Amino acid sequence: MFRMTITPTLLGKAEVLEGMQDHPAIRAILAWKPEALQDAKFDRGELTLTIAPEEIRAACFTVQTTGYNFFEDLTAVDWHPATPRFQLSYHLLSHPYKERIRLRVMLDDADPSVDSITPVWPAANFYEREVFDLFGIRFHEHPDLRRILMPDDWEGYPLRKDYPVEGYR
Amino acid sequence: MSDRPGTPVLELPVAQSPGDHMILNMGPQHPSTHGVLRLVLEIDGEIIQSVRPEIGYLHTGIEKTCEAKFYQQVVPLTDRIDYLSPMANNLCYCLAVERLLGLEIPPRAQWMRVLLVELTRLNSHLVWLGTHAMDIGALTVFLYTFREREEILRLFEDISGQRMMGSYIRIGGLPMEPPLDFFDRTRTFIHSFPEKIDEYSNLLTGNPIFINRLKGVGYLSAKDAIALGVTGPPLRASSVDFDLRRDMPYSSYEKFQFNVPTSTVGDTWARYEVRLAEMRESVKIVQQALDGMPAGALRAHAPKIILPDREKMKTEMEALIHHFKIVTEGFPVPAGEVYQGIESPRGQMGYYVVSDGTAKPYRVHMRNPTFASLQAIETMSKGRLIADLVAVIGSIDIVLGEIDR
Repeated sequence: MFRMTITPTLLGKAEVLEGMQDHPAIRAILAWKPEALQDAKFDRGELTLTIAPEEIRAACFTVQTTGYNFFEDLTAVDWHPATPRFQLSYHLLSHPYKERIRLRVMLDDADPSVDSITPVWPAANFYEREVFDLFGIRFHEHPDLRRILMPDDWEGYPLRKDYPVEGYR
Repeated sequence: MSDRPGTPVLELPVAQSPGDHMILNMGPQHPSTHGVLRLVLEIDGEIIQSVRPEIGYLHTGIEKTCEAKFYQQVVPLTDRIDYLSPMANNLCYCLAVERLLGLEIPPRAQWMRVLLVELTRLNSHLVWLGTHAMDIGALTVFLYTFREREEILRLFEDISGQRMMGSYIRIGGLPMEPPLDFFDRTRTFIHSFPEKIDEYSNLLTGNPIFINRLKGVGYLSAKDAIALGVTGPPLRASSVDFDLRRDMPYSSYEKFQFNVPTSTVGDTWARYEVRLAEMRESVKIVQQALDGMPAGALRAHAPKIILPDREKMKTEMEALIHHFKIVTEGFPVPAGEVYQGIESPRGQMGYYVVSDGTAKPYRVHMRNPTFASLQAIETMSKGRLIADLVAVIGSIDIVLGEIDR
C-alpha cells in the first residue's frame, strides 16, 4: 500500500541493553543504578527508558551529567482504566550528541506523585505546573505548585480521560 | 459548570508591601505584553525585584480537543495555536504523524514545506520586528515590516485560500500544486527582500534611542538559558550554537546551505541582531528551495490516508470509497509514541503524539518555545527598570496563543 520506512525496533529491556549497550545514557544509568531502569524501548528512532518513580530526579541528574544537558519537554498520558494509570514523559535533548531521549515514569491512580526535577532543570517548573494543572499529578518539592492554565478555583483535571471533552462534568 | 462557587476574582494590584516593595499588576490587557500576558511585579521604586508571569487567559484546551478529532482534523487546530507561524505548527504535527505512520514524503513536498516554513519565519520575524520596535517607541518600522508581511500573506492566500490559517501542510504532503505564478512571485519578493532588511536596519541599528533601550538590557547567560529551557534566537544570542534545522535536520533541511547566526553578548540587542541575521539566512534558504525545487508528486502514495483528487473521485470507484472512508472514519495509525521537534521562528517546537492504534490521537502535546522562554523573564529583568521589562518581553517574541494553547 505505502512504503514503510524501516527502522529497527527493539522492545523490552533485555533487547535494548543488548542492542544499544554503547548508548551514553544507558551506560550512565547502568553505571549509576541498574535496578532503577525498569524497562526500555527503541521505536521509530526514539529511545525510551522507563525509570522507577522514586529515582526520577537522580536519573535526570545522571543523564544530565552524561551530556543530555537540555530539558525540552515534560507531559503526561492518562492510560485510564489501565494500571499503572499515568505515564510521565520527559524529553531530554543533548546538544553535544544532537540526540533526544525519553525518560518515562509510570504512576498509579492512587495519589499520583513524583519528585520534582526543578533542582536539576529549573525549566521544568512550568511543565510540572502544567501536568499538575491538567492531570492532577503532584510534584514533591516543587517551588510553586499552582494551577497554571486553568483558573485557580477550577475543579477537576481536564486532560484526564474520565473528564468529558464537552458538556457538564 | 453552574455549580461553581462564585466567579473567579482577579487578584488586583493591592498595595500590600512585603518590606518596602510594592506589588504591581501588569496586564493582562497591556499594549506591550503582546496579548493577554499578566505579570505580577514586585518593585522597589522603579526597580524590579521579581516577576511572576500569570498565564492561561487564552487557554482553549486544544490538547483535549485533539483527542476527540481524527488525525487529519487536528491539522486546522494546529494553525490556531500560533497566528504568526501556522505553517510551522502544521509541519511539526504532520511530521510526527507521518513518522507514526511510516509514510515517506516525496522530495518536492519536502522542499515546498521548507520554502513555506521559511516564508513563515520571515512573516513571524517581520511582525516581531515591527512590534518590538513599536514597544520601544520607534513607530515607523511597524509600517514598513507590515508592508512586506502583506506580500507574504498574499502568497499564502494564493496557495491555500487563507492568509493566515492555511492548513496547507497536510499529513502525507501538500494538498495541491500551488498556482502557476506562485514561484515567480516568490522569487520577485525574495529578490527584493534583502534591501528591505537593510531598510529596517537603517531605521533601527543606528538609532540612538533604540540602542540605549536595548544594549546591555535583559542579559541572559548561556548557562541560565539552558537551565531555563530557552530556545531559538534568544538561546543563540546567548552564544549557544544550536539550531535543529542544522543539527537534527528534518524535511530535507540537510540539503540546504545556510549559516546559524549567533552572538556572544546575550542581551536584548544581541537577540535583535540574531533575528535580523536569521531573516537574511531564511532568504538564502528560500532562494535555494526555488532554484532546486524537484519535480514530482506533492503527496505520498497512500490512498487510504490521503484524500484523492477531485477528478479521480468522479471517474474511479476506489477513489470515491477511500474518500468516503477517510472523511467518515479517518484512518488508523499504528500504536506508538513520537516526539517530533522542529525549529520554529520562536525556538524549538515539539509535538508529542501518542497513538493507541485508532483513528483519533490518544494524546497530542505541544511543546511551545515561548512557554519555556517565559520562565527566563525574571532572570533577564531583575534589578532593571520596568521600562526594560517591555524590551525584554519583546525580545523573547512571545505569542500568547501558543503559551496558553
